[in-house]
Amino acid sequence: MATGGPTRTALHPLVRGSGLRAAVRTDRRAELVLGALAVGVLALIALMLVTVLVNAWPSFSANGLSWFGSGGDPVTQLAAMQTDTPLPGHSVLYFSAWPLLWGLLLTTVLAVAIALVVSTLAAVFLTEFAPKPVRRVLEPVVRLLAGVPSVIYGLVGILAIAPWVNEHLISNARRQSVAYVVQLSGADLTTATLILTLMILPIMIALTANALSSVPISWREGSAALGVNRWRTIRRVSLRGARPAIAAAVVLATARALGEAIMLAMVSGGRPFDANPLDGLTFFFEPVETPATAILKEFGGETGTPVAHTAYALAAVLLFSAALLSFAGWAVRQSMRRSTVV
Amino acid sequence: MASAQTLDRPARNTIARPPRESHASWPLADRLCHALCWATGIGLCLVTAWIVLYMLVKGISALNLKLFVESPAPSLRERESGGFLDPLIGTFIITAIGMAFAAPAGVGIATWLTEYARPRWLARAVESGIETLAGVPSIVLALFGLLVFARGFFSFLSGSTNGGAVSGKSFLAAGLLMSVLALPLIVGTTREALTQLPSRMREASFALGKTRATTIRRVLLPSIRPGIASGVVLGMGRIIGDTAIIVVVLGASPKLQGAGGAPLLSTLRGSGSTLTSYVYGFSPAGEGNSPQKAYAAAFVLLMIVLALNGVVTRLSRGRSLDTIEQGAKP
Amino acid sequence: MPPPIRRIVVDRHPHMAKPAPAGNGAGVANGGVAIATSLAAPSVAERTARAPAASVRERMHVESLWLAYGENWVVRDVTLPVRQGEVLALIGASGSGKTTLLRSLNRLTEITDSAARAGRITLDGQDIHELEVTELRRRVSMVFQQPNPFPMSIFDNVGYALAERPDGRRRRRRRSAAIEHAVHDALHRAGLHDEVGEDLERSALRLSGGQQQRLCIARALAAEPEVLLLDEPCSALDPISTATIEELIVGLRERVAVVIVTHNLQQAQRVADHVAFMHLGELVEYGPADQVFERPARQRTRDYVSGAFG
Repeated sequence: MATGGPTRTALHPLVRGSGLRAAVRTDRRAELVLGALAVGVLALIALMLVTVLVNAWPSFSANGLSWFGSGGDPVTQLAAMQTDTPLPGHSVLYFSAWPLLWGLLLTTVLAVAIALVVSTLAAVFLTEFAPKPVRRVLEPVVRLLAGVPSVIYGLVGILAIAPWVNEHLISNARRQSVAYVVQLSGADLTTATLILTLMILPIMIALTANALSSVPISWREGSAALGVNRWRTIRRVSLRGARPAIAAAVVLATARALGEAIMLAMVSGGRPFDANPLDGLTFFFEPVETPATAILKEFGGETGTPVAHTAYALAAVLLFSAALLSFAGWAVRQSMRRSTVV
Repeated sequence: MASAQTLDRPARNTIARPPRESHASWPLADRLCHALCWATGIGLCLVTAWIVLYMLVKGISALNLKLFVESPAPSLRERESGGFLDPLIGTFIITAIGMAFAAPAGVGIATWLTEYARPRWLARAVESGIETLAGVPSIVLALFGLLVFARGFFSFLSGSTNGGAVSGKSFLAAGLLMSVLALPLIVGTTREALTQLPSRMREASFALGKTRATTIRRVLLPSIRPGIASGVVLGMGRIIGDTAIIVVVLGASPKLQGAGGAPLLSTLRGSGSTLTSYVYGFSPAGEGNSPQKAYAAAFVLLMIVLALNGVVTRLSRGRSLDTIEQGAKP
Repeated sequence: MPPPIRRIVVDRHPHMAKPAPAGNGAGVANGGVAIATSLAAPSVAERTARAPAASVRERMHVESLWLAYGENWVVRDVTLPVRQGEVLALIGASGSGKTTLLRSLNRLTEITDSAARAGRITLDGQDIHELEVTELRRRVSMVFQQPNPFPMSIFDNVGYALAERPDGRRRRRRRSAAIEHAVHDALHRAGLHDEVGEDLERSALRLSGGQQQRLCIARALAAEPEVLLLDEPCSALDPISTATIEELIVGLRERVAVVIVTHNLQQAQRVADHVAFMHLGELVEYGPADQVFERPARQRTRDYVSGAFG
């Protein structure tokens, strides 16, 4: 029996490794490296916040709170900035973002509301009523919808749906009624909302369906044994049990809708028009624009110019709402967890 | 009362199967809701079928092999505006750069979160950070990227315009931003795969005297290869499908344009386009008025993304809608 | 300060009941092992003699029932009456088909696609397969082995069946006076009102196991069923909750026909008026409880009841 050093000869070669101290060193190093990567994420976020805000600050400070107000047409204002000819009575940084924010609010809220109803119905159908062959078709369909890039949605929207809406849903009378303010084409609130709904549907359907199929069988059996029919069981027991998932789905879908730029840029119309609900039904056919589409269309990528500051200000608003939604999602999860604790 | 019969089964004509669930006797409101559910489900299938068929028909009719090998050429006439070779290459380059950074970083961060995660408050912060990153709109990311690459520390990574100012736009810049986009997806799937591994795997390895790092490298990561792969493919799908970053950060030239001297580096530092920005540019929303080319490129894009989708489904073992859940949240 | 040390007393000589003369005592007389019970249960004859129901009438009748899952006939040619005013216990070893028989009484077996049946079950003379299934299940309610309260408040749980009863056009409001009254009444009958009565808006998931099961019973009772089916309701509960529920079951006899499946023979002795013993799907013996337990007519019954198998 060899009597050499304690770690060298007594151990089987495969198990020996590289010695205890060296091993601990590599382990410590690995932890540090990976930890640094993880902290890098936080650093990235911090950097993002700082740089965007710094570049947005000139726009905010020049306009104060009226940045959020409605003082005119943002596109005109941006054009003025680009040619460096300030609008009469204002500085070159003058900007009033309300039409954009209003467009964002409209499209997001409408799309999420419609998607909530449709996704719940579809998820219930998928998990409860659909016969097996139909389910085998519907699941790939939902996966397909989830995977389509937004530019393709935009393409179909602008080349197929918008013209259809233009021809069939907008009568000439309607067109005349607002012709003095804006030209109606098929690219408008309706088309944008419809396609946006379609884009956020798959997430909501997936989350809701997964939650519905996780509802314990004992609840469903118990409800059936009390003489309650299938639909009412679903409505009062299964959907209720799936509430946390539905809330999470709404938060995720809202985040997706808020950040959508390219599809809306192609489909929602050329002008940030302050769509006026008082116009009655015509309201739905007026073009809208959101901060994201304005950035995409008007910002060329230069830095330091008034246009750039304005674009970064819009980006700051989007960033802030994304952070807010993230927090809302966390809060929703916490409260739901507490209310359904077993 | 004891049964005196010794029959093995009842008479065949008395056997009844359970009736199919009938809702004829439900109240009207419930029947309406039931019908609505059916209508929604079938309607969704029809809408998707319409979209796919539309893209198929329009795309195939505009598609021909020449498009794949020709570069875009500036021309107002559609027949002479070339193909989308450069955008195809551009898509490939962007995806490669993106994944080259996102995959190792994502796996590393996920490993740290599940295997180390000390101190606890830091781990929670990083988790929230990943979630926040997942929620940042890609256009905001693009604007941030411009700042970093045009004026900041990394300005050497992008080309310069004639005036000598750094434009902040290049394949490298866009690729790095894309990796941020794909990062949460990879972290999510890798974490899920790691937490599903039974702890006895780790215990067995530690019991043999292996360090945590070796265990991770030799035991854990090889076991979750499908999980990592599915995260990578999900990330690729997201990168390939994104347009906002490309449009803002990659510049407006349909053709690849190098910047600077060295061959490979010049391409990477230069600008160009990808399939997505090509579609955008050639659609009525961009400058182009050749919808045919847009359809063709969109068709190719769609096929690529669907193929990736199929791969992910094949790789994942859970419920079939789980991949959407994974793709939506980290 | 640390808590005082308590010594655990181990009694190495457990109390064995003396072999009792036939008809008396807490055990089974016919050969076999004397089953010692620590609860002082009255004898079967004493109990049924103690509180006979005012009137006994037949509510359901099972005629030559066969039930199968797939190719496997789980219930074979069973004929049984179910009477209001008495508790019917279905006993037997695992796999004897007693749970399947119970579930067929409210057509819960139809949930399984592979189920097949032959024979007839009638409720008040009407074939239950001709009734509308939700109507049948309102009249014949069931309580399961594992308590399964819904993720709602206690009030909403107990009032669930009432709130969902489609009364033609008139929708019952959640908090209508009729529902409130019914909920409180059901909670009283289930013996739960004292414990939860002050706060009915609490989540039902926060209750203890025994309370949850009593809640499920209250929930089943609130809709005033005609027959109550209980599938091993106490198997997941501690002895005190079990005793409370058994008392409750005996008290229900008057208004409701009770059928209880149990593999706890002592429980069957405590609560049952009539007992049906099943073995491998066949009904081996059916009779008054004291007769089946103390003077079983069949050898197999004798073996089971004395603990020789199962």
